Amino acid sequence: MSTPRRAFWTVALATTFLSETAFADMPTSIGAAEGQLNIVAWPGYIERGETDKKFDWVTKFEKSSGCKVQIKTANTSDEMVALMNEGGFDLVTASGDASLRLIAGKRVQEVNVGLVPSWNKVDDRLKNAPWHTVNGKHYGVPYMWGPNVLMYSTEVFKEAPKSWNVVFEEMNLPDGKSNKGRVQAYDGPIHVADAANYLMKHKPELGIKSPYELNADQYKAALDLLRGQRKLVSRYWHDAFVQMDDFKNEGVVASGSWPFQVNILQSGGAKIASTIPEEGATGWADTTMMHAEAANPNCAYMWMEHTLSSNLMSDLSVWFGANPGVPEACTDGRGMQTAAGCTKNGMDDFEKIKFWTTPVSKCATQGNKCVPYYRWVSDYIGVIGGR
Amino acid sequence: MADTTVIGAASSGWAGKVSDALWRRPTLFLLLLLAPPALWLGVIYLGSLFALLAQSFFSIDEFSGLIKYELTLKTYRELLIPANLDIIVRTTSMAAAVTLASAIIAFPIAYFAARYARGRWKALFYLGVMLPLWSSYLVKVYAWKLILAKEGILNWLFGKLHLTWVLEALLSVPVIGGNSLSVSYTGTFLVFVYVWLPFMVLPMQAALERVPASYLEASADLGAIPFQTFRNVVFPLALPGIIAGSIFTFSLTLGDYIIPQIIGSSRLFIGQAVYAHQGTAGNIPLAAAFTVVPVVIMGFYLWMAKRKGAFDAL
Repeated sequence: MSTPRRAFWTVALATTFLSETAFADMPTSIGAAEGQLNIVAWPGYIERGETDKKFDWVTKFEKSSGCKVQIKTANTSDEMVALMNEGGFDLVTASGDASLRLIAGKRVQEVNVGLVPSWNKVDDRLKNAPWHTVNGKHYGVPYMWGPNVLMYSTEVFKEAPKSWNVVFEEMNLPDGKSNKGRVQAYDGPIHVADAANYLMKHKPELGIKSPYELNADQYKAALDLLRGQRKLVSRYWHDAFVQMDDFKNEGVVASGSWPFQVNILQSGGAKIASTIPEEGATGWADTTMMHAEAANPNCAYMWMEHTLSSNLMSDLSVWFGANPGVPEACTDGRGMQTAAGCTKNGMDDFEKIKFWTTPVSKCATQGNKCVPYYRWVSDYIGVIGGR
Repeated sequence: MADTTVIGAASSGWAGKVSDALWRRPTLFLLLLLAPPALWLGVIYLGSLFALLAQSFFSIDEFSGLIKYELTLKTYRELLIPANLDIIVRTTSMAAAVTLASAIIAFPIAYFAARYARGRWKALFYLGVMLPLWSSYLVKVYAWKLILAKEGILNWLFGKLHLTWVLEALLSVPVIGGNSLSVSYTGTFLVFVYVWLPFMVLPMQAALERVPASYLEASADLGAIPFQTFRNVVFPLALPGIIAGSIFTFSLTLGDYIIPQIIGSSRLFIGQAVYAHQGTAGNIPLAAAFTVVPVVIMGFYLWMAKRKGAFDAL
């Protein structure tokens, strides 16, 4: 398990070594399929029609490529890093925090984008994203991304809340009753970034430039805001299904959430909608990365091309409520997703989203004096505990 | 004559020699038999535990977030800051409350099973106690979340009985109250008691079965009222069983990190704190220091239990 700071230095070191070795290892052509492919993925990310017949982006690939796909699901970024460290896998769908750790730990290799014909179709906003591109080298191809939206009950809110203040400050909601006990917040230290994002807009004098880079004063202001929020929140959410249940059975009416929960609740007929308020939102972006010692590199390259060119991203976008790394997947009818569907998932809100990265003490915007992630963890525990 | 040659011939084989050698040196035989489990216990089990304990004497560098491999008590100072003390006190009080409630609920059940249930009733008792253990722990916890929810069946029932005011009075009590049962300590407590109760009933029933019926008769003959018999005869004799059961309920509650995550007010318990610190935070020393807490508490608990004779029957 690498700490953020160590990760930083190892990136610096690793890249100097990799520049000599990686090019030698990086394939220049795709050979015959090895017959199988092992992928570490988030649950629900790679479906073969077993959960729902309509959602299948593996069977066709297996037939055309001759690569049998085996999936190992992981529930947290830490689990993903651990599985990749163990080895035996070819690909991983890594999120912004895991991806740099994997690069730093040399668990993934540089990808020759020339061997992925659809690379030029990748969203320009993602092509050189810092969570998979280090010193101009691509360590993977973009997969899916999504915002952490504000989910709300349409019974209480006749029109979408304009600001995140409904979950941060005590107030009466449009139905005349207080929001106390009726809002939720995410049960992970990264929620501090949501508070910082809110303060960025409402307390500009603090000088927050990035919600993931906070100096001591900015950090303290964010914690104070969260302490106030504790009084409003009965239970913090951790598990997507527990949150959905809380919206149905606990009288919760507003909370930060993922499009995933919004879509499932809506498809169940619940009076739920989501919005990205004026302050913008935090979000996540995942990348398909290749193991440094992948046993099946040819199949891995074929899969990367498959992710960008097939129905995969389009259907996955419908299934998971996320946005495809290839914008055309929304519009060209390769799968079930439509332009309107992508807009609903936040496709047009890219600029409003501050993508998740691990806070480290060495930060550019605050003179390298930021509060590192491990402090976020211990302090957020205190906040939830009522300190 | 023929017999001796046969015996001699058998011993001359390779297997025979080994067998003879082991027979002559019983200690060696015993050592060979014990080596694998001892290695398992010593190296894998205790070894990993000590490796963990050793971690707690390292510390995390405030500035860089790197672990410094120098022996220090800094991490333990960090463990004793108010927010972390809260977690320890919260978990220990919950464990104590759950143990006490389990003992009170389990006693009549165990007493009935040990003294009165016979034949099919006894089978039914075992089935009833064990049945919840056969279904998945997670299924039970999620089911309880639904039962305790604000719009759940329990609230509905209270509403139908016009007893909503009782529930509201309970939930308005500070600390144990909350917005609904499923987000309050009361809810966490109920689920803990439900999940760990069988571990209290079974040892208690075993202890009660060993109390001779003649003692109770003698006590009655000497003029004791039932309560006196309970206080002076049944309870002291059943105490080792109660303590054995309480070791289970206490230590299981102390270490659990799933129930408080799904049901309760999101305030952390020790297990959750360990989980949070060892993850992306990379603060392994503090996570290790947190795991030392239940080890120490259970150490004291077992020492007390031993003094009360809980292990005499082992």
